[in-house]
Amino acid sequence: MAFELELISPIAVAKDVALAVQEYTLLSAQSLANFFRRPLYTGDMLQQADLIGVGSLPIVVLTGLSVGALLALNAASTLQRFGGVTLIGELVSLGMVTELGPLITGLMVAGRNASGMASELGSMVVTEQIDAMRALGTDPTKKLITPRVAATAFMLFFLTIIADLLGLIGGYGVAHLLFGVDTNQYWTTVWQTLVFRDVFTGLIKPVLFGFIISTIGCYYGMSTRGGTQGVGRSTTQAVVASSVLILIVDFFVTKLIFAIFGYR
Amino acid sequence: MPAPTLPSENATASVVSPSGYAIEFDNVSIAFDEHVVLDGISFRLQHGETKALFGVAGSGKSTLLKLAIGLLRPDSGRIYVLGEEVTCMSEQKLFELRRRVGIVFQESALFDSLQVYENVGFRLTEEGVPAEEIERRVREVLRFVELERTYDMRPSELSGGMRRRVAIARAIITEPEVLLYDSPTGGLDPVTSNTIVELIMKQRDVYKTSALMVTHRLQDAFTMATHEFDKATNQMVALPKGQLCGVPMSFLILRDARVIFDGDAHELATSRDEYIREYIS
Repeated sequence: MAFELELISPIAVAKDVALAVQEYTLLSAQSLANFFRRPLYTGDMLQQADLIGVGSLPIVVLTGLSVGALLALNAASTLQRFGGVTLIGELVSLGMVTELGPLITGLMVAGRNASGMASELGSMVVTEQIDAMRALGTDPTKKLITPRVAATAFMLFFLTIIADLLGLIGGYGVAHLLFGVDTNQYWTTVWQTLVFRDVFTGLIKPVLFGFIISTIGCYYGMSTRGGTQGVGRSTTQAVVASSVLILIVDFFVTKLIFAIFGYR
Repeated sequence: MPAPTLPSENATASVVSPSGYAIEFDNVSIAFDEHVVLDGISFRLQHGETKALFGVAGSGKSTLLKLAIGLLRPDSGRIYVLGEEVTCMSEQKLFELRRRVGIVFQESALFDSLQVYENVGFRLTEEGVPAEEIERRVREVLRFVELERTYDMRPSELSGGMRRRVAIARAIITEPEVLLYDSPTGGLDPVTSNTIVELIMKQRDVYKTSALMVTHRLQDAFTMATHEFDKATNQMVALPKGQLCGVPMSFLILRDARVIFDGDAHELATSRDEYIREYIS
């Protein structure tokens, strides 16, 4: 049996990529523009907020605690050599609030919800439910996408705060129980280390990550082709693309905030 | 089998648009990835007329329906629905026009996360109709398709034929001026198919709704041409031999992306085209 390799033109690939970026941009813009057009589907927003926010709570609690504890453990092993174990609180506080809290929460929610959105909307596309919705006079971007974008951005903000807090508690557990750091000293260091810039960085990121997760999940769902196999493909692509985009955006947002507020 | 009871005796007939035709295709072409699906398609659907659309699988029948309702845009040509040109209409304007057109999809396309009454009343809910009014109209239209007992069931609990009837109920709840049926009897057993045909016929004869019906089953279209719905007995009755139903009924056959036949049952039966003769034999 002979295998034939199909050569793909680089121009065709570039065109496909440009088209995908254009469609994604249009869908994202449309999802934002819908906030200024009636109806707003607040019921759907609340339902999505429950699914995304409350549904993701167990995994966020678990990862927040673990990451905080691990951060403290790793920091302590280095700080101990210099007799600076009391600085654990500072490292955990900075690491969790500015970077790991938003990033880990974003990646966890991306894995759980970008895939969920892509598969749900993808199934609706292949079974013509999206066409039916349009045929019934309802705009699917308004009814399905905007509520998901609003709910994800809103709930990720609060999930990140929860993850940050649990990370600090996890760090405290390790610092206090394993390294004997005083409770008052730990929490005072945690509190005093943080400045406005750190909190601002830690709270602006989840809103951006929430927007990325929902728009990428919805984009791959709405552009699903090829039946159930296509739904599976869209689901995988949504998780990969949203995770990669979160990492890239995280780097540039951090850099931008450093550029605006200056380094510590 | 008698058809379900009528929703109301004083039901209003569909509103006739001031324009000449319910649907008009003027030299419409569309291709997907170099593959031409429809090439220079032209036909007209009169107000109150039912047109059955035939063609082998992949001949572009479903594409044609999606073009008619603006779910797809043609590469060239013009499409008029209820006097308005849909080819150059914005999506927002199309949403408004689609409220006057009903469509039954091939696989029903019911929203599987919603219950039957939510599916059927979807359009009314979107329009902000009060809940009591929605419930009354949903029950009425479910009674019309003889499925009132499925009111709070999920689509996954329904059989294929029941889903198709719920899809018809969803399409007709707002009394649309034009109905588009995409293979309404496809994949169903003969008895269920007959029930669906009877429902379509009832909609045609009672409400005089214009309809474009894609079908693979020639016998369904011929049944519609040779029978009419009798309101007194609440079931379809065969017309005397040689007599056709009072409502205009025509046939359109697609082949190789083009229209090869557009005429009534008599013209179809007497056609000398070899392909058509083979198709109807």
